[in-house]
Amino acid sequence: MEFIKKYPKLFQWLFLLIVFFALCFAIDVPETYKFIRGQAEFVKDPNQSSYIFLGKEVRYYAFDVFWRLPPLLGWLPIWINDSLFFIMNEWMPMEFWNEDTQEFKTRPLVLQISRGLTAFMTFLIELIREILLGGLETIVAFTSWDWIDKNPWAELPGLPWTIVAAGAAILSYKLSGKGLALFAGLTMVYISLFGQWKPSMQTLSFILVAAPLSFVFGLGLGIAAFKSKRVEKALYPILLVMQTMPQYAVLVPALVLFGVGDHAAVIITMVVAVPPMILLTLLGLRAIPPEVIEAGRMSGCNNWQLMFKVLIPTARRDILIGVNQVIMVCFSMAVISAFIGAKGLGFNLLLALNQLNIGLALEAGLCISLIAILLDKMSLAWANKQTDYFGNLTFFQRNKNILFFCATIVIGIVLAYIGTFLFKGSFNYLFEVPHNKGISTADFWNKGVDWIFDTFFIYIKAFNTWLIQEVLQPMRALYLRMPAVATLVLVVGAGYLIGGIRSALVVCALTLFIALSPWWDRALVTTYMATFGVVISCIIGFTVGTLCFQNKNSAKFMLGICDIFQTFPSFVYLIPVMMLFGITDTSVLIAVIVYATIPATRYTIEGLRSVPSGLHDAATMSGVNKFQRLTKIEFPLAFPHMMLGLNQTIVFALFMVIIGAFIGTEDLGQYILKALSDKNGAGIGLTLGICVAFIGLIFDNLIRTWVDKRKKHLGIA
Amino acid sequence: MSNPVIKCESVYKIFGENAKKMLQDSNGNVDAKTFQKNGCIVGVNNASFEVSKGEMLVVMGLSGSGKSTLLRCISRLTDATGGKIFIEGQDLLQLNNKELIELRRNKMGMVFQSFALLPHKTVVENIAFPLQIKGIKTEDSISKAMDMVKLVGLDGRENYFPRELSGGQQQRVGIARSLAVEPDIWFLDEPFSALDPLIRKEMQDEFLRLQDKLQKTIMFITHDFDEALKLADRIAIMKDGIIEQLDTPANIVLNPATEYVRKFTEEVPREKVLLIEDVMDPSTTENIGNLRVLRDEIIENVAEKILTQEKTVAVIDNNNKIVGSINPTKIINTVFGGRKNNN
Repeated sequence: MEFIKKYPKLFQWLFLLIVFFALCFAIDVPETYKFIRGQAEFVKDPNQSSYIFLGKEVRYYAFDVFWRLPPLLGWLPIWINDSLFFIMNEWMPMEFWNEDTQEFKTRPLVLQISRGLTAFMTFLIELIREILLGGLETIVAFTSWDWIDKNPWAELPGLPWTIVAAGAAILSYKLSGKGLALFAGLTMVYISLFGQWKPSMQTLSFILVAAPLSFVFGLGLGIAAFKSKRVEKALYPILLVMQTMPQYAVLVPALVLFGVGDHAAVIITMVVAVPPMILLTLLGLRAIPPEVIEAGRMSGCNNWQLMFKVLIPTARRDILIGVNQVIMVCFSMAVISAFIGAKGLGFNLLLALNQLNIGLALEAGLCISLIAILLDKMSLAWANKQTDYFGNLTFFQRNKNILFFCATIVIGIVLAYIGTFLFKGSFNYLFEVPHNKGISTADFWNKGVDWIFDTFFIYIKAFNTWLIQEVLQPMRALYLRMPAVATLVLVVGAGYLIGGIRSALVVCALTLFIALSPWWDRALVTTYMATFGVVISCIIGFTVGTLCFQNKNSAKFMLGICDIFQTFPSFVYLIPVMMLFGITDTSVLIAVIVYATIPATRYTIEGLRSVPSGLHDAATMSGVNKFQRLTKIEFPLAFPHMMLGLNQTIVFALFMVIIGAFIGTEDLGQYILKALSDKNGAGIGLTLGICVAFIGLIFDNLIRTWVDKRKKHLGIA
Repeated sequence: MSNPVIKCESVYKIFGENAKKMLQDSNGNVDAKTFQKNGCIVGVNNASFEVSKGEMLVVMGLSGSGKSTLLRCISRLTDATGGKIFIEGQDLLQLNNKELIELRRNKMGMVFQSFALLPHKTVVENIAFPLQIKGIKTEDSISKAMDMVKLVGLDGRENYFPRELSGGQQQRVGIARSLAVEPDIWFLDEPFSALDPLIRKEMQDEFLRLQDKLQKTIMFITHDFDEALKLADRIAIMKDGIIEQLDTPANIVLNPATEYVRKFTEEVPREKVLLIEDVMDPSTTENIGNLRVLRDEIIENVAEKILTQEKTVAVIDNNNKIVGSINPTKIINTVFGGRKNNN
């Protein structure tokens, strides 16, 4: 009894676990139950039951309610789908003037809006694309095909790659200095020489459209949320779900609403990129000291002046960090959007992976990574740049960067002109290196991959077989063996013990949504893969983080590496693992582990670093050795922050597991991938995305609540 | 006092959801504890006072006493829950947003404890900010701001950014900014509290020099009793939202109204605060020596001279006319005696 009184929490947790296992053993696997592979759920089967809700028939395998809850939410995807179609194709038909046929036509309102939006986006993308690459669609948009036929000179020539490369270098120099300028220049030269210029510029033009639009919307909504509590409350749940929603789950409804192509991708990218911008705008505006606002008011600012002359400039850094986030999200979406037909690097990567041409994939992947690093570093440099005083400078000093750029334009054009003589009859390499006509190392890499396979095949295969048979299969079976009721009790109990009744209710609602959807089994598989990845990632991340923390330089170095790796779009991680492990679950899991180790390491180092130096000194004066200091002082204090790292690790792992569907897994991601090619897939895709988001949010809620309490307890909140 | 610049009539500020209704129900009898039970926090409780032109009123209180809240009610950065505030006869609470902005642009200036400078603007741009907000042309506002830079002694640093300045220098910018529109009313919210003691003293002297030149109507907030004594024409001492006493420094030191006020005055070196006129005997006596002291001398400066005298010393005004007398025992009594009456 003494013991129980001393550790009441421990006893409660033990009790919860006992109940959980008791339920697991008490509830037998129903005889009819089998893990359903493929899409058997949608075929008539004698074992199936069905019910009708809202006029939709939902079929499902009826099991014992304790074992698997009936899919009472099975109607939701069908309903979403039908509603979308209804709104798109039937709701509010109106008369619209058609330019081409010169007559009024009846069209549903939403369809018209969607087509208008699409046309606008296409125009923007084409415009930027043609400035970078040349073309004539934009000119046609303002004139006509006939006019172009008569005036063939009017075609936009596009910028020679030398000018874009020099422009990037000059901009980097202005933002940061020589180092970044050199990196920018080399990256651009690499892209050009390796014949990736066209797809890179296509991707870039995608970002140049999506990022500014996302920025404007994000800033606007952020300001609105800052000004009105009601707006903030309305936005909050959306922001929360969007943070944990796998990016390509939103692609599916985009297909229905906006069709296939860059324009649909841009619009849906905005949906993903706006939430982080809102959050950071809100964060920045909140962090402004109230006295600065009062100073603005006392200077006689009206609301408009207060916002644009006082608040936004003061929150400049946070807002620009938001821009950085927007750019990175746009970039990773630009890659993933290849699934719905967006052109650019992502498309090439997808194509190469589909053909199992690892060499080509690697080249495209390297391009993507380099551009990602470049964009990240440039936007961060912009955020961290302090305004300098320039009143006393001469005209030349003030505008030297612009002047330099003008000079490079002239030089670039001259070079391109000279090129027309140098490369007569062949491609003008000083103007643009055509796609796949540059240097290519693909063969080399492909041979390398072949060599690895020839040499290490036995070992890799042995490892693979061992991992799958001895570790993964049993673990999966264990997860699937959990009765739904037992899982629910475990999760809700944990919620109650950590955050009281409120947390328990939130977690219960989230879990029930998944349990009542038709994909509980798949969700379990997703969770099993994520768990495996998270456990290994945390072991690696916490160890590496702790070791690196021992030395200031190594800690800094490690954080730098984390920064770089974090900028890569998750898709890129699949290339090297496919190269080494082929198309297996092992590949996905290794990609998950690599990806999810980043936040685990980062938060460990940051957490340990945040321990106040006063405490270090106090501990040293108490005579602790290094190990004691680590275990008695640093770990307990850094632990809440490390738990936030765990939270991030889970989100990262889930993202990667879902993307891993591309290689072929049996989890929720696979269904999202299927929904992409299903004409009735919009509802399924969205519901699946929400399911994944909810898995993330369950852990997010539990961990955050615990961390908040713990921080308050330690007085570091 | 016929035409006060600032006039407050039983001003209340109560935080909380039903504050307005509860205030009406209480009939002007606000008890902080009952309000707190109902989820309301009393910031300012029945404050009435006037500040006349060119006067400096120092509001002194410890943190949480409501002094900053009172200031913010008068500058209408928050709206008072009850009562009336008049600025130069205008009813402040009746002004609409536009009139309020107009008032702030022309009549009011405010200095903040944490300086509250705009980080993206240089010194001179910060100072010119209120002028530019008013719509004054850039060159005019900058040249006006340069005058202000010189006034606060920051010439040569006008193109620095706030991040490149020390605390004292930043507050000079804050002061210059608040003076740029040449306001009649000057609010200072603990302007020197964030500064080191030596810098603080320097800034106080500088502030007195400025006020001597500008003669603004001032409300000055501080938690430092010594600072209040040094600067104030009159001091208002606040506790829990209530003004405990409002009087001249000398009267507060000599006749503390409440036990709370007395605690502050106990440790005050009186010879540094009181003037000769505060302790002199106005009825001139016969036995007067040759020494003459001015009535508005601080005791400390003349105490040594007086104490060497055997006879009573005559007190004169600026016109050399005898207005009273003071004898050495009185000085000794004032400085050493009668402090802890209750012991």
